[in-house]
Amino acid sequence: MAGRVAGKVAFITGAGRGQGRSHAIRLAEEGADIIAVDICRDYDTVGYGMSTEADLAQTVKDVEALDRRIIVAQADVRDAAALKTAVDDGVAQLGHLDIVCANAGICTVQSWDEVTPAVWQDTLDTNLTGVWNTMVACAPHLIAAGGGSIICTSSTAGIKGLPFLAPYVAAKHGVVGIARTMANELAQHKIRVNTVHPTGVNTPMVEGLGGLNPLIERDPNLGPIFVNTLPVEAVEARDISNAVLFLASDEARYVTGLEFTVDAGNTIR
Amino acid sequence: MAGRVAGKVAFITGAARGQGRSHAIRLAQEGADIIAVDLTGQIGSVPYAMSTPDDLADTVKEVEALDRRIVATQADVRDYDAVKSALDDGVAQLGRLDIVSANAGIFSFGSLEELDETHWQDMIDVNLTGVWHAAKAAIPHLRAAGGGSIILTSSTAGLMAIPNIGHYTAAKHGVVGLMRTLALELAPDMIRVNSVHPTSVNTDMIQNAATYELFGADLPVEQRTKEVLGGRFQELNALPIPWVEPVDISNAVLWLASDESRYVTGVTLPIDAGSLIK
Repeated sequence: MAGRVAGKVAFITGAGRGQGRSHAIRLAEEGADIIAVDICRDYDTVGYGMSTEADLAQTVKDVEALDRRIIVAQADVRDAAALKTAVDDGVAQLGHLDIVCANAGICTVQSWDEVTPAVWQDTLDTNLTGVWNTMVACAPHLIAAGGGSIICTSSTAGIKGLPFLAPYVAAKHGVVGIARTMANELAQHKIRVNTVHPTGVNTPMVEGLGGLNPLIERDPNLGPIFVNTLPVEAVEARDISNAVLFLASDEARYVTGLEFTVDAGNTIR
Repeated sequence: MAGRVAGKVAFITGAARGQGRSHAIRLAQEGADIIAVDLTGQIGSVPYAMSTPDDLADTVKEVEALDRRIVATQADVRDYDAVKSALDDGVAQLGRLDIVSANAGIFSFGSLEELDETHWQDMIDVNLTGVWHAAKAAIPHLRAAGGGSIILTSSTAGLMAIPNIGHYTAAKHGVVGLMRTLALELAPDMIRVNSVHPTSVNTDMIQNAATYELFGADLPVEQRTKEVLGGRFQELNALPIPWVEPVDISNAVLWLASDESRYVTGVTLPIDAGSLIK
């Protein structure tokens, strides 16, 4: 049986580990070749470690073990020129581009009065401008391919005003705005643009959320905002990848402009 | 390779033709057995021919051709006892229930000022109360199975207003409220509830003289062709297409029905060619 995205090429940011690696593997399992980037470098403002070159090398191994091709580059989504070079190189080697996962992101936890200008800027630059840079670098290739699917990773924080995550919430809401605008502007090229909105996912980023509980204890009224409706505390990276796969495949050929929650019902409470 | 819903049983209302038949076939292709109901008859306020017993028999043939089992019953979703009896009988024969597609629906039109009581009541009874009936009858079976997935068919008109179909818009908005409440009430049992929101779908519900009149009232009847009106349908969408095919909705239903979406509940999933973001 042919894979559900057989013959397609996917560009994935933040592919060194976590959700990005999971997307690379899931799409490769269903027949796609991969162009992957990751920063592989820590941020001064983020309390947990970013992925490493070894992590990105592991993603390569995992995809190649599935007998798919993968082109990787170390690139920072905040650097539009570097990102464009990585995409252009990958497309030159793999022939075309069909799927884009704007996945790279950071997350810091603090109350509003602890948000430093540097934290604000790094979060907006990575989680919002990074998505924009990814779209701009990729859209010309999708137009050339005669259509495609762009999937931007937002969050339940792109729908709700989650406390203690102000810069993250601002960026993730912003992602919804640019996704909607691009869905309209790119529709004439048969390019679909959708967002996915995970609840908490079991990945290394969750280490960065360790500071939440003490903050919630200061105002317990805010605790229930983080609770899921289904009786699960967090979902797995693969659950998000399954949604990405659906949106990437031709099964979703007429789905665009969607905010796709994979959130165990977090946002309907 | 095992199907994506292998071993599961799906209950589908309005399964004689159109989207309902397409859902039955798509789920059967991926390994599900089917419990199907349809009115297979006419409702007076509906301005196009509804399904027939022959249509339902064709659905049975198509599912059986895929080597899956199907239990099909003539039943009106407005009649709770009939829906419950058909479903209970199907579960008794097929052993379990995992998936519900509350799909049965009608379409008619008229401004809210001019609409008569019958048009209003038939619409609410079929497109809203009928959906609740399907879900209500299914819940005990899904709970017995240890969880499941309920998919309610709404419409883009469930999330935005469309003039001259106010009763349809009200019913389809109501389906969203029903879906969200069911999602909360059933989450402790790991029963997921989501809604799908198609734009125009290429079925008998839109490809008929009455719907062509809605889109082409200013044109002489002989000019109301599929090609001419396709351009007007396309104005609703962002993607450059007039309508989607039933299988496009079925693919979304399949995804929501499968374990790939095990933690997805409370979603309003548009298959709308971008109609809602315009």
